[in-house]
Amino acid sequence: MPRRILILLGLLIALAPVAACGDDDEGGGSESSDRAVILATTTSTQDSGLLDVLVPAFERESGRQVKTVAVGSGEAIELGSRGEADVLLVHSPDDEEALMETGKAGERLLVMHNDFVIVGPPDDPAGIGGMSSTAALERIAQEEAPFMSRGDDSGTHSLELKLWDEAGMKPAGSWYQETGQGMGATLRIADQKRAYTVTDRGTYLSTEDSTELDVQVEGEPRLLNIYHVIDIDSSAGPRVNAAGGRAFAEWIVSQPAQRMIGAFGREEFGRPLFVPDAGKTEEQVAKAA
Amino acid sequence: MDVIWDALGDAFNLLFSGDAETFEIIALSLRISLTATLIAFALGLPLGMLLAFGRFRGRRLALATVHTGMGMPPVVVGLIVTVALWRSGPFGGLDLLYTPSAMIVAQAAIGTPLVAGISAAALQQIDPDFRVQMQALGASRLRSLWAVAVEARLPLLAAVMAGFGAAVSEVGAAMMVGGNIAGETRVLTTAAVLETSKGNLALAVALGLILLLLAFAVNLVLTLAQQRGRP
Repeated sequence: MPRRILILLGLLIALAPVAACGDDDEGGGSESSDRAVILATTTSTQDSGLLDVLVPAFERESGRQVKTVAVGSGEAIELGSRGEADVLLVHSPDDEEALMETGKAGERLLVMHNDFVIVGPPDDPAGIGGMSSTAALERIAQEEAPFMSRGDDSGTHSLELKLWDEAGMKPAGSWYQETGQGMGATLRIADQKRAYTVTDRGTYLSTEDSTELDVQVEGEPRLLNIYHVIDIDSSAGPRVNAAGGRAFAEWIVSQPAQRMIGAFGREEFGRPLFVPDAGKTEEQVAKAA
Repeated sequence: MDVIWDALGDAFNLLFSGDAETFEIIALSLRISLTATLIAFALGLPLGMLLAFGRFRGRRLALATVHTGMGMPPVVVGLIVTVALWRSGPFGGLDLLYTPSAMIVAQAAIGTPLVAGISAAALQQIDPDFRVQMQALGASRLRSLWAVAVEARLPLLAAVMAGFGAAVSEVGAAMMVGGNIAGETRVLTTAAVLETSKGNLALAVALGLILLLLAFAVNLVLTLAQQRGRP
């Protein structure tokens, strides 16, 4: 038996993780006092580019390092409840409240809002332009016009399902398709397939140039897209960086961060993509919208 | 088609305007994937030797398992590595998730079966008498294995190239275990995915072109080494 080979193999397996660790020079942060803050957030905040502005600013001011993981709100909340993330920036109110009830989260603070819109082909084949959201969905179903759902348990997906529910329908059929992808990708698929879809306005505006989709339905209280920040409690898992998570949550509702949110997008899109709302209640936001 | 022309322009600009972010991403892609390939080779070659020359029960079963591993979807590898590296997972204490090291682990896991499978096939091509002769001439077991490896160096370098190709081009595991964090774990493939979903299609294709150039450069070096002395 080639015993030497076995010994060699064992040695290599034993050494591999050491080699891998040694390579991590940028610091995954091994000192426990100053570990990176893991921010789990939605694809919409990343695809719109907002995080590219906020995260470096926070890192500069706090001296902490942030690792942003952009996933659907459903997965972000799941990561939080397992203690795999330290702070969440999400927009799925019902799931958020469920998380708060588990006691694994610290505080839930209103950060900002924008709104959801229903977009579709510019010639609007189902004729939903200007309708209310529920009437529009009913019409889309009647006409069996192609409709793209995110189908990924994201905040946008759960809002879409809620709208169908309020319209009293269960969408099914070959016209109703799920992309299982992020908002940007779903908009592109809807564009190519000449389909309708529900999107947050921020992602729509940031991809507007590369698609032909037009806004068909907008401006209803139920289409409000509200983002909360939630810091994760150390009871969620043994390695939660609760202090880091809280620092980010406190920072994002502070004056300077709120000003950045309010200004974001003005240059590129001619209008801000998000409205800063720190300190307001959901009712106040709904009334003002 | 406009996208392709724009992409060529974008790729040219990214490469020749000295854009710091692009070079950071290229350097990271290279560093991660080359390290992963090195580890995959260090693990895969001995494993391939064992599978090619070892005489033990279950050898063929092990070989079939390695061959299956050659087609393992990177997403599955990524998922397993992610769960293992979770704070609540068995290796959570290492704090490796969302670091380049985690990506190296995942890519090495993807590359190892490729290297092992191709190496085993390459080594079995060598005439078995060759090793017997070497040992008859007084070579130690290790020395004779080395001689066989040198004899099979062409296909073994092909194994390295396959390993590197799989590592540098995969996106599923890199996205999952790395998190696509700007300036830290964003590599060419994950950056291309992000730009695609942002709608910057030309930029995404440009990143893809740069990836191809990079893979070509690495493979050119390996191929020149492989074909040394041949026209």
